[in-house]
Amino acid sequence: MSRENQLSADKIDPKASHVATQWKHGRPMISCRFDPTGEYLFGASEDNMIVRWEVATGKKVVMEGHDTWARGIAFSPDGKIVVTSGYDDRLIWWNAREAQPKPIRTVVAHDGWIRTISVSPDGKWLASGANDRLVKLWDLQDGKMVRQFVGHESHVYSTLFHPDGQHLLSGDLKGQVKQWEVSSGKQLKTFDGKALHTYNGGQGVDYGGVRSLSLSSDRKFLACAGLHKATNPLGAVNEPLVMIFDCESGKVVKSLIGTGIKGIAWRAMYHPNGLLVGVSGGSGGGFLVFWKPDQEKEIHKLKLPDTTREMDLHPDGIRVATAHFDGHVRICRMAAKVT
Amino acid sequence: MKCKYACGSPEHLVARRQFMGGMVAATGSVVGGLGWLAQPAAARRLRKDQKRVLVVNMAGGLSQLESWDPKPKTTTGGPFRAINTSVPGTQLCELLPYTAKQMHLLSIVRSINTRENDHGKGRHMMETGRRPTPAAQYPKLGAVVAKGLEGQGSSLPGHILVSNGGGGTRNNDAAYLGPKYASITVGGKPPQNSARSGELSKVIDLQRNDFRRRVNSQFQLRRRTAKTDAYTENYEQALQLMEKRDVFDVSKEPAKDHDRYGKHDFGKHCLLARRLLENDVSFVQVTHSNYDTHNENFNFHLEQLGEFDRPFATLVADLEDRGLLDSTLVVVLSEFGRTPKINPRYGRDHWGTAWSICLGGAGIQRGAVIGKTNDQGTAVADREVDHGHLFHTYLQAVGLDSTDTFDVGGRPVPLADPAYTPIEELLV
Repeated sequence: MSRENQLSADKIDPKASHVATQWKHGRPMISCRFDPTGEYLFGASEDNMIVRWEVATGKKVVMEGHDTWARGIAFSPDGKIVVTSGYDDRLIWWNAREAQPKPIRTVVAHDGWIRTISVSPDGKWLASGANDRLVKLWDLQDGKMVRQFVGHESHVYSTLFHPDGQHLLSGDLKGQVKQWEVSSGKQLKTFDGKALHTYNGGQGVDYGGVRSLSLSSDRKFLACAGLHKATNPLGAVNEPLVMIFDCESGKVVKSLIGTGIKGIAWRAMYHPNGLLVGVSGGSGGGFLVFWKPDQEKEIHKLKLPDTTREMDLHPDGIRVATAHFDGHVRICRMAAKVT
Repeated sequence: MKCKYACGSPEHLVARRQFMGGMVAATGSVVGGLGWLAQPAAARRLRKDQKRVLVVNMAGGLSQLESWDPKPKTTTGGPFRAINTSVPGTQLCELLPYTAKQMHLLSIVRSINTRENDHGKGRHMMETGRRPTPAAQYPKLGAVVAKGLEGQGSSLPGHILVSNGGGGTRNNDAAYLGPKYASITVGGKPPQNSARSGELSKVIDLQRNDFRRRVNSQFQLRRRTAKTDAYTENYEQALQLMEKRDVFDVSKEPAKDHDRYGKHDFGKHCLLARRLLENDVSFVQVTHSNYDTHNENFNFHLEQLGEFDRPFATLVADLEDRGLLDSTLVVVLSEFGRTPKINPRYGRDHWGTAWSICLGGAGIQRGAVIGKTNDQGTAVADREVDHGHLFHTYLQAVGLDSTDTFDVGGRPVPLADPAYTPIEELLV
C-alpha cells in the first residue's frame, strides 16, 4: 500500500474526497469490485467483458467468457477465485490472479438475468439472485447448487450474506427484502422497502428495486439503496433513496435522500467509521454521496465527471471505485490530496 | 378536411337506399338491417372473402433491437441475445420466445426510415400513411379500412380501438370520411348505455325507432347534410351495436382462453380482439403501452415484451387455427424505433431512421424478411421503405386498390399517398 493510502480509515474526510485515478476501458462500464486483497479492481462492461486493473499500476487485462453483459462480481475471501454473473444466466469461475484469467467453470444457474451474487464470509457458499425470482445457494468450491430460496415475487436485485454466515438477505424489484436461514432455506423475516418501488399505471411499468444491501459494522442496521419519487420512470425522473432498517424490529428507522440529485442510488455501503457512502447515477449525473445514518440529508456529495452505475469501497477504507458510462472506472480518495 | 360531401351524390344515395332497404326488409330481431345475410350461402361466401385488419400498436416506440432486428454482441446490441424462430435463418430477440414460434405465419420489415423522431408526427404518419400537414386532415388506417371493406357483412362498427376504460365513445379520426368510420373505443365490456332500458319493451322500442326513421326520411328529403347523415348513421349503428353488445363482452370467452391469453389487460384485449375479428369487425386496434424507454430500456422491454409475447403469439395461432389468418391482416407497429446508441441511463431514445415492424396474415407472404439494417443497426442497408409504402401495402393486402380514390364532395381523394407504392415483394 502506498504512503498516501496508509491513512487510517477512521480519519477519512468526505469533504476532501476527489478523483485520484481513472482508467479507461472504452466501452460503458456496468459494475466494479475490489478484490479482498485490494490489489485488483474488477469491472464489467457493455462489451460483455470482465476487466481487471492492477490497482498499483493500472495495468489492464480483459477477460472473455460471458455471452452478454455481466453485472455480479464476487470473490473467495482469499481473493484467489472471482465469480462473475451475467445476463446470460451464467455463473463463471475464474482464477482471479492469473496473468490472463480464463473461465475455469461455467454454470447455467438461472432462467433469466443473474443480477447479483455474494460470497459467504467463510468462503463456502455463493448466493445468486435472478429474474426468475429465485435466490440460489452454490458450493463455491465445486459449483454445485445446494438449495434455492423461494419467496420473492419479482426480480431479485441484490443479495448479502450476514457476517454470522448463518443468514442471507435478498432484495427485489418490489422493494421487499427477505432474510433467509442459510442452512434450511427457511424465510425468517421480511423488511418492507416498498418506498423503493413504484408502479406507474400510465406507463404500465414497475420500477425501482433494492439495488444494494449493506449491514452496519455492529450488525444492527440494514441499508437498502434504490430510488423514490419516480414520477416518470421511462424518463428517468426519480431521486436516490437509502432506507435504513432496524435489523431486530424490521422497521424503517431513517430514509436518506440526496438533496438536489436526480438519479438512482446504485449502491450504499457502511464505511467502517459508521458513515454511509453511496453512489448515485442518472439524469442528474454521477455523485458520491456521504451520509451520517441518523441524518436524512447527506453531509457531502461529490460530483463525478460522468454518470455512475456502481461503486465499491477499497479494503483500505480510504479509496472508493466507481463505474462510469463513459467507459472509465475512477478511484476517489476520501481524503485531502497529497501534496 | 371535414366531411362535406354533396348530398346529391348518386353513389351515396344508392348506398343509402340499400341500407334503408335492408332496414325495411329486416323484421323482428334483425333491427340493424342487412337481413339478407341470414341466407346461409351468401353469408358463407362473404365470410370466406371477408377481410379484416388487426393492428397492435406498441405505443411510445418499440425498440427494434429488443424485438424484430436484434444485433447481439455489437456495440449497440444491448444485453439480450437472439433466438431462432420457426423460420430458418430468421432470428428475433430472446424477449419474444412465443412469437418466435409463430414467425412462419408472419413477416418482418426491417428497413423503415420515416425520418421522424417526434411521437405525435410519427404516430400520425404510421396511422395515415402521410406526413402531417396543416393543410389537410387525413383519415386513419382504421377509417379507411372500415370504409373500404364496408358492406362485407358485419353490422357492427368497422373501426374499433381496444383500450382500458373504453366505454364506447366515438373518436374523431375519420377526417373527410365522416364520423361513421371514426373509431369507437371499447375496453372489454359492452359499451356504456348499450342495453335497452328495462322500462322499455322491445315492441315499443321498435315502434319508436320506426317512427324516428319515418320522420328522419321526411326531413332528409329536403334538408340532408353530412351532419344529418352522421346523426342518422350513428343512431342506426348504435342500434346494431345494441343488438350485438355481447360481442364486446370479453367475459363471454371461455375461462381456459382467459388463462391462455393472460389475466392482465393486454391479454384481455387480445382476447377481445379475437372475439371482434371473429364477428367480422373490419378493423381492430389493440394498444400496448409503454415503450418510450429513455431510461432502463432493457428492464422495461423485459417487462413489457414479457407481457406482450404470449398473448400476441396465442392470438396469431388462434387466428390461424380458426381459418381467419388468411383473411386477417395483422400488423405490429409503433410510431418509430429506438436509438441503437444506448444512453447513460441504459435507455434508448427516439429513432425513426432504421427500424422494423412485424406483419402477416391476409395478402402477406409468410416467413419473409424485407430489407435490412447495417451491422450496428444505425442505418438502413437495403430496401428502404417508410410509412407511405407500408400504408399502401396494408390496403393492398386486404384487397383494396391503394391507388383508388374516395369521392369526397365530388372530388377524388386518394386512399393512400399517390407518391408511394406498396412493397410488392411482401404481398402474396
